[in-house]
Amino acid sequence: MSAPKPGLRKEAVPMPKQTPQERKANFKEVAIGYTEESALSEAQRCLQCKEAPCSKGCPVEMCIPEFIKLIKEHKFSDAAMKIREKNSLPAVCGRVCPQEEQCQARCTVGRIGDPISIGRLERFAADWERQHGSVIPEKAAPTGKKVAIVGAGPAGLTVAADLVKLGHEVSVFEALHKPGGVLTYGIPEFRLPKKIVEAEAEYIGKLGVTLRTDALIGRLYTVEELLHNFNAVFIGSGAGLPTFLGIPGENLCRVYSANEFLIRVNLMKSYDFPKAGTPIYVGEKVAVIGGGNVAMDSARCAVRLGAKEVKIVYRRSKEEMPARAEEIENAEEEGVSFEFLTSPLRLLGNERRTVKSIECVRMRLTEPDKSGRRRPVPIEGSNFLMDVDSVILAIGRTPNPIIKQTTDDLVTADWGGIIVDETGKTSLNAVYAGGDIVTGEATVISAMGAGRKAARAIHEFLSEK
Amino acid sequence: MYKIETKRKLAPTINLFTFSAEEVAAKAKPGQFVIIRLDEDGERIPLTIANVDKEQGTISVACHEVGKTTAQLGSLKEGDAIPNLLGPLGKPAAIEKFGTVLCVGGGVMAAPIHFKAKALREAGNYVIGVVGAATKDHLVFLEEMSKTCNELYIATDDGSEGYKGIDFLKDLITKKKIDRVVAEGPVLMLKAVADTTHPLKIPTVVDLIPTMIDGMGMCGACRVGVGGKMLFACVDGLEFDGHQVDFDELLARLKTYTLQEKVAKVFWEEGEKTI
Repeated sequence: MSAPKPGLRKEAVPMPKQTPQERKANFKEVAIGYTEESALSEAQRCLQCKEAPCSKGCPVEMCIPEFIKLIKEHKFSDAAMKIREKNSLPAVCGRVCPQEEQCQARCTVGRIGDPISIGRLERFAADWERQHGSVIPEKAAPTGKKVAIVGAGPAGLTVAADLVKLGHEVSVFEALHKPGGVLTYGIPEFRLPKKIVEAEAEYIGKLGVTLRTDALIGRLYTVEELLHNFNAVFIGSGAGLPTFLGIPGENLCRVYSANEFLIRVNLMKSYDFPKAGTPIYVGEKVAVIGGGNVAMDSARCAVRLGAKEVKIVYRRSKEEMPARAEEIENAEEEGVSFEFLTSPLRLLGNERRTVKSIECVRMRLTEPDKSGRRRPVPIEGSNFLMDVDSVILAIGRTPNPIIKQTTDDLVTADWGGIIVDETGKTSLNAVYAGGDIVTGEATVISAMGAGRKAARAIHEFLSEK
Repeated sequence: MYKIETKRKLAPTINLFTFSAEEVAAKAKPGQFVIIRLDEDGERIPLTIANVDKEQGTISVACHEVGKTTAQLGSLKEGDAIPNLLGPLGKPAAIEKFGTVLCVGGGVMAAPIHFKAKALREAGNYVIGVVGAATKDHLVFLEEMSKTCNELYIATDDGSEGYKGIDFLKDLITKKKIDRVVAEGPVLMLKAVADTTHPLKIPTVVDLIPTMIDGMGMCGACRVGVGGKMLFACVDGLEFDGHQVDFDELLARLKTYTLQEKVAKVFWEEGEKTI
């Protein structure tokens, strides 16, 4: 492993951001992005380790030192092309990947100072390419084989791009009116502007992928029907179903699943109501139940929609929160407050059946059990009422059952996920699956990694035939 | 794009649109619905399928202008096209030989109830139709229903045509042996129908169309309480057991955005004026 050189700058070039005061009132992107100058300066810090430990931490195996070297050499377009060899959604990943747990966690420079800001550099190269025009790489000769992809989310788009480059004819069937899956309906504009998702999907279209919207597989065509017209099918239908708590009062007005809330805000652009036709209501006091990234996204949207008091209600303590540290910090900066070790018991409404308060109970954590996990248990007699104008339930998503219900012999787990082998193949011949529909709710990049693996297996399968 | 092949005025603010949508037409069955969106800023709204022509590759929907999007659709002409039409959604209605089936269609929903009545008649049922509306002017699909049904009854809220209100249903279901009641229409009407058939324990299904966004199970906005369970109208419906539905909850939920809906409509109307 390369030894860090003396005199190396330990501090990463900071990411310019909108101030909390500014950004609380708009849906524009929080992180503004590196300039050429700051990108060059950050790229200078990279040691170009031969072993590239960073690349080993990347679920899609990007050639990280190589693209950083190209940035260093001022070859920004080439840097973007280098990233695209392995990653079909670079402008997305540069923004939403948990780099601190992946590539950057393994960075050599990280042992003596801040790791190289790989994500910020990736974003810089991708944004530069989008602004200056992208180059479409050469494709392999047509194989005459056709592949149908169900769902235009991170997994599906990755499979589509990988397979079209190999010469296969690829059609993507997206059920919503826009491609992107969770990138479009789930992640807010201020973390991932929708024009960037559109541009990434457009690029995949330019590669030669046919992208159809308004096509719900299971209803318009079954998987079996797709197999009549295609040589293989990839299912990347995601974890789109909301979970409810199963406590009284969940059907009161102004109680949202995080999915509904985020779909209204992100996909339907409710923040632009009435210009955009889909309304939303948050009121002054908002409670968000849950402690993951979706809870942070919901809370931060609520702040921007004008709520005065946004509380995250989480049954464990801050240490157990599954959200990224950066997102928790962003939420705190924007004035979101936290009710840790608190669990809702029931939602109470007024005479118009609109939610008015939540009866909560304080929790404590047990000593770690055999698996090392500390369970939250209620503290008797600690019940209290929290006044609210709206409630957002961000307690997880499960797979959409439509494909399972309409595909005979497709083997699924008890919780609804599709079961696949190590290559991504399902119990059905020529049918592959990956992403949240297989793993349950996970990250964008892990879905892309699964897509990459399945694309490889589909290519092998099609080459054999 | 989905082209409007025909537009037929059924009542002053009710139109029947036939859209060119070949793939949807090939699959759509009575009781299913589509979600449409009219432009880049548009909301997604569900409309129950009122007819399918597989040969022509078209589907029909009836639309009553109440809010912004329905008014905007009402302003479109034959030959215009809309960008988004997703379907068929929801489970197909139960169509089998039940015996004597009473099909009740209220307001604009007389059009889709006709689609079900036709299928039920073809399945060998004796079909008794009821078409209701607020006033005589709002009655739609009378001709179609009278052709399709073995018997047809008409009712209006104000008594301007046929029976006044639907109290007559009580007599009707007591006199005739009804095996099943199928109803589509305003929630208050569905509730009244279910309340009427409940004492006689006549199996009664009602179509529920709460607020929806995606229409495929993602948002949960359309959750309804049925027999104490939480179900999603878009994937578990539209047909539900009328004797188990929590209608009061549904009525309250439908009012969530009453104010915003008015704002959206005024905003759109003002925009139209400036064009």
